[in-house]
Amino acid sequence: MLPRLPWPLVHVREAYGRKLVELGRRFPDLWVLDADLSTSTKTAFFGREFPERFVNVGLQEQTMVNLAAGLALQGLRVVVSSFSVFLALRPLEMVRQSIAYPRLNVKIVATHGGVSVGPDGASHQVIEDVGIMTSIPNMEVYVPCDAPEVEAVVEHLVAEREGPAYVRLSRERIPVVHDEVDFRPGRGEVLRDGSDVAIISNGFMTPLALLAAERLSRMGIDAAVVNMTSVKPLDGDLVERMARETGFIVTAEEHNIYNGLGSRVAELLAERYPTPVRRVGVRDTFGESGLAWELLDNYGLSEFSIVHAVREGLRLRG
Amino acid sequence: MALAAQDLRRLRLIANEIRKLVVEMTYVAGSGHPGGSLSIADLLALLYFRVLRVRPEDPLWPGRDRLVLSKGHAAPALYAALALRGFFPVEELFSLRRLGSRLQGHPSIVGQHRTPGVEMCTGSLGHGFAAAAGMALFGKRTGAPWRVFVILGDGEIQEGIVWEVASLARHHCLDNLIAFVDRNMMQLDGFTEDIHSLEPLAPRWEGFGWSVWEVDGHDLAALSEAVEEALEAEGTPKAIIMRTVKGKGVSFMENNPRFHGKAPKEDEYWRALGELEEEGRRILHAP
Repeated sequence: MLPRLPWPLVHVREAYGRKLVELGRRFPDLWVLDADLSTSTKTAFFGREFPERFVNVGLQEQTMVNLAAGLALQGLRVVVSSFSVFLALRPLEMVRQSIAYPRLNVKIVATHGGVSVGPDGASHQVIEDVGIMTSIPNMEVYVPCDAPEVEAVVEHLVAEREGPAYVRLSRERIPVVHDEVDFRPGRGEVLRDGSDVAIISNGFMTPLALLAAERLSRMGIDAAVVNMTSVKPLDGDLVERMARETGFIVTAEEHNIYNGLGSRVAELLAERYPTPVRRVGVRDTFGESGLAWELLDNYGLSEFSIVHAVREGLRLRG
Repeated sequence: MALAAQDLRRLRLIANEIRKLVVEMTYVAGSGHPGGSLSIADLLALLYFRVLRVRPEDPLWPGRDRLVLSKGHAAPALYAALALRGFFPVEELFSLRRLGSRLQGHPSIVGQHRTPGVEMCTGSLGHGFAAAAGMALFGKRTGAPWRVFVILGDGEIQEGIVWEVASLARHHCLDNLIAFVDRNMMQLDGFTEDIHSLEPLAPRWEGFGWSVWEVDGHDLAALSEAVEEALEAEGTPKAIIMRTVKGKGVSFMENNPRFHGKAPKEDEYWRALGELEEEGRRILHAP
């Protein structure tokens, strides 16, 4: 069920669509491609404003990715959008061969990530994308947590970064937790200090991590919250520092517990500063139809799952 | 404009030279794909020495024609043509497939592996065709004078993405895009018509709205004529289906699927080279 949130809810997709239009005005070499989902991904805003630099390929995600490569090779900045399941999985080999390997300036902005896609069910609820994209050399991976951060990430990727990147957005309206955004690639953001545990989260789970930290503080547990939008490059120094300061890490993400943020944090700590880690995420199972908040609760992606993971971990440590 | 006799002789000699280099490169490398390289040698000779507007000393000159070898496994033939055209020294060809070489097993544009004259990394079938369509789309929308040429294998067009692109290119009226289909009737495991038949091939492309030419891919005069007609035609993308012989020019490689992806051994290398030397003399002394 929808928790009571102290923040306004905003559609990140619309923020993304408007941001693209603004970038389109500033960068005449920006082209945007979509595969028949432009009214959902909101790239249609760009298409209406700049039809000569917009291509709706129809239902051809694999061709779209290669088409983007051909365009990028002519010196253009290219953004491709669709639902994350149709970008991270369906044309995966094209992404690897034609975008990542030649390191082309193509940004993959995928909407409808995670189980919170809701009623469409398992076919549309991708929980593998972050792991898959992270595994590809040259590919950067970002999971922004709210609309202002989506704008900052897209701004950075289009205006500054030359090379491939994958960004995952949500379908739902999600809480705006930022007053001011300080996004930098490869940098995590400490939203709340704490000494007993550090909760490292991204995307939809960051507001829930903040709620969990608040609830934990009422139980006498002092939890830090780190928003880790940048999954790759990961802010290893910050992860290590939080581990040293608190001695216990909980990760929270709207992704399979395998190969996502939690895996990356655990791997990094295993090598640099072995520390107990608990992962909050989908426990290696497919989703189903339901309302977004119902599904998040059902798959253990709630404020209470984070609270539980923290308390269990602290109890075991004694 | 039809090919003059001396031009024809010159192109035949170049094609024969490409074939010799393909045999030598794959022999030296100990691996590679001679069969499908030999079948496109005539086409590459024609394109690089008569049709393409390129500047070997400035490979990324913005006004260049773009050529994408979508059947990337025929890289040895492409490298030989590029070297002969002056993009890099011919001696470099023998670094094919070696650690650190610019001549990767399949074409690359990546970092130190970027081969001058190569437009797109290919090797996974079908992708190059789609990237070429992206180039053509940009050229078309911006009114660029350059053209995009793409070479597809016949086995390659079993890949579904090829038909996605065929459909898309027609929708966007990419008449600056010419696709060559190397119809050598073979793929790695055997004959295309046994494994996954492609005939009738021309009507398939026509059905997708392409203008189609069918031509003997080893008859340089006919091939040249087809290319010239295709370059003139407007309104649709164009496909030139080249009937070719896999392994063309080396008797024991011709129509032999074993040489799809296998380099010649020592004795095979000498025999192949002998045959091609002989062919070179024949072209030179033909009336």
